[in-house]
Amino acid sequence: MRTLKDIPVGGSARVLRVQGAGALQRRIMDMGITKGCLVKVRKTAPLGDPIEVKVRGYQLSLRKADAALVEVQ
Amino acid sequence: MAHSSDTPLKIALVGNPNSGKTTLFNALTGSSQHVGNWPGVTVDKKEGRARQGGREATVIDLPGVYSLAPYTSEEVVTRDYLVIEEPDVIINIIDATNIERNLYLSTQLLDIGVPQVIALNMMDLVRKHGDEVDIEGLSSELGVPVVEISALRGTGLQQLLQQAFEAADEGIPPFFNRKFSYRVEDALAKIAKIIYGAVPPEHLRWYAIKFFERDERIWAGAALDAEHKRQEDYTAHRALLGQIEGIVAGCEAQLDDTAPSIITGESYDFVERVIARTVNRTVEERTTSEKIDAVVTHRLFGLPLFVVLIFAIYYVSVTLVGGIVTGFMNHTFIGHWIQEPLMSALTRGGAAVWLRSLIVDGIIGGVGAVISFIPQMIVLFLLLALLEDCGYMSRIAFLLDRVFRRFGMSGRSFIPLLISTGCGVPAIMSARTIEQESERRMTILTATFMPCSAKLPLIALIAGVVFGGVWWVAPSAYFLGITSVVLSGLILKKLKRFKSKISPFVLELPAYHWPTARNVALSVWDRISSFVKKAFTIILLLSIAVWFLSRFGFEGGSFVMVSSLDHSLVAHIGDLFAWVFIPLGFGNWRATIASLLGFTAKEQIVSVIGILTSGQGVRTSAPSVLALFGGQKVAGYAFMAFNLLCIPCVVAVSTMISEMKSRSWALFTLAYQLSWSYAVALMIYQFGMLMVTGRFGVGTIAAVVVLAGMLFALLRPASKAPEDKTTPGVVLS
Repeated sequence: MRTLKDIPVGGSARVLRVQGAGALQRRIMDMGITKGCLVKVRKTAPLGDPIEVKVRGYQLSLRKADAALVEVQ
Repeated sequence: MAHSSDTPLKIALVGNPNSGKTTLFNALTGSSQHVGNWPGVTVDKKEGRARQGGREATVIDLPGVYSLAPYTSEEVVTRDYLVIEEPDVIINIIDATNIERNLYLSTQLLDIGVPQVIALNMMDLVRKHGDEVDIEGLSSELGVPVVEISALRGTGLQQLLQQAFEAADEGIPPFFNRKFSYRVEDALAKIAKIIYGAVPPEHLRWYAIKFFERDERIWAGAALDAEHKRQEDYTAHRALLGQIEGIVAGCEAQLDDTAPSIITGESYDFVERVIARTVNRTVEERTTSEKIDAVVTHRLFGLPLFVVLIFAIYYVSVTLVGGIVTGFMNHTFIGHWIQEPLMSALTRGGAAVWLRSLIVDGIIGGVGAVISFIPQMIVLFLLLALLEDCGYMSRIAFLLDRVFRRFGMSGRSFIPLLISTGCGVPAIMSARTIEQESERRMTILTATFMPCSAKLPLIALIAGVVFGGVWWVAPSAYFLGITSVVLSGLILKKLKRFKSKISPFVLELPAYHWPTARNVALSVWDRISSFVKKAFTIILLLSIAVWFLSRFGFEGGSFVMVSSLDHSLVAHIGDLFAWVFIPLGFGNWRATIASLLGFTAKEQIVSVIGILTSGQGVRTSAPSVLALFGGQKVAGYAFMAFNLLCIPCVVAVSTMISEMKSRSWALFTLAYQLSWSYAVALMIYQFGMLMVTGRFGVGTIAAVVVLAGMLFALLRPASKAPEDKTTPGVVLS
């Protein structure tokens, strides 16, 4: 199973589903990371975490631990 | 629910963070706004008045949110206000440059069924890219008026208000008929049938959706069978909830997804369809913000750039302005321009000695010491507000999150720690931006370990007078502060107390834009005014109390205004507590009193030492100060460490209590800060004495025990996090 965490910088992927439940799942999806949408991985922070992605036309940052919840194609 | 025209309308302003909501609020209400707090949560409540065509409305600036989910206090405040308090009309501000995510919130707002108007902001930027939005089309897709505005330039505001007034007068809910997929609509219809009559009819669809999402707050708060609930017979109510659970679970099984995920996914799908029909956009590979970020958050240059920027801010506000202006304020402005003329005027007017002393030394001396810091704080807050308004703050959080997470904090904790080197009060307040409760509390608890500007005189006294100006003493004070923050974070994050429900760190990196003078000015004013308010209330009262205790006492068997501090009430109090500090090397009443009075304001420490060692003025000789510490420099250093790390001044403490929103957390914080400072000072003195004089005693053993305990707390495994409650229990209060 591939997750957003595994996508290299510069790569992109379509979201299959967001794992977890409750606040964990909902907060990520509220930001626009939902089934079928394209997420581009832009960069990693200087210290290796969090990562910056581009989704639905804007820049979003999330921790790698949370990116691992996002299953991608 | 059309609005009657004699009471002022209530307009709720709702939108995403960074959508220009604050700018719009400032533009609509001008200087008529006031800030408060939503009861029970640390979220700002802003209200102001807007006028249009001879009518007046109250504008309520609701906290910026991405969703109306029940998970952050901002979300809860916003939806409770919209659904329970029911404004007459909602103005939903949308950042047209980020229309997709902004419209997602709109779908939830439209479901609520309150009359509303959409304010489409930043269309000028959209056009600059060569993109276009079909405003008429958007309006008919969403079933509400859409008005193009520029919050920054103030255009379109009159039209916006007019539309809002009309919508409120007519009281017609949005004509919003978006449909979820067939199976979801089927489930919603069944749920609506069950809850019909138990929820306000105008919010029926909103409640049906929330029941479908298994929204914890809605499930727990609902009374589906009001009649029986009153008789404390929940059977019927439980049976109904059971039916709903069956419907939701059935739909989840059919669609192979969780209910909240189904609703969120389909809402974004709906937004995508609307955008496809109404927005004409050219896909841009790299936006201007991303180009700026290519440097600002660069893997190699990002951190050095950040360090240079922070150093510059710190240098300008604390060293340049702080050093020059604060000294001027203290000595020249307060001392020569206010205290001296006032003293001679009072003397000429024949005021009694005690009255002159109360006004000049007690009140003006006490309040003035705090007021002196205002220029430097204005500069610091001004520079920070510029960074905040342009969008750099979230980049700092991005750069530093990794570091702070290790200490149980978040990237957003940096700002409170930075402000804390100026003053702990605004620092504690600025921790509000940290979403996760445990990270916010950890930040508040550790922020005041940083030496604030009121502690600088103490550092200067110890470095200059006790250590004869050795270079390393002053920097070591900052080192001590930072180390305390880091070690405390490492120790405390293992406690169960600091394990809150897991929530993700999702941080928008908003598009950069030029800061606006008005937003920056209002932000500085917000912070400064609360500080000034405290100076004239709490500090004023305490200054009078301290003055009384140090000027009165028993001399020659009667209670009089004392001629020597040795006889004052404060000296007796000092004697009472001095034994506590014997293991720290300064167990005499003078040093004790200086520390105790430090709680009123940390500047007091140095002025008290000044008064107690020489009898007049702050200028003190090295031998007399050293005598306080039994001639041991190490004791002087322990004294400094204790006072730097100990419980902050009473103003900061009262801020901490109100921001913690919990007595148990406030007490825990105070107890921890007290124990930490005592433990550190104990180790410094005992190990210091061991190295300098070779003295080994009971105190040394105690210090070894404390050190071992600290190491154990650092290295022990963490306690487990509480289980995340995923499915809400059907519990009724």
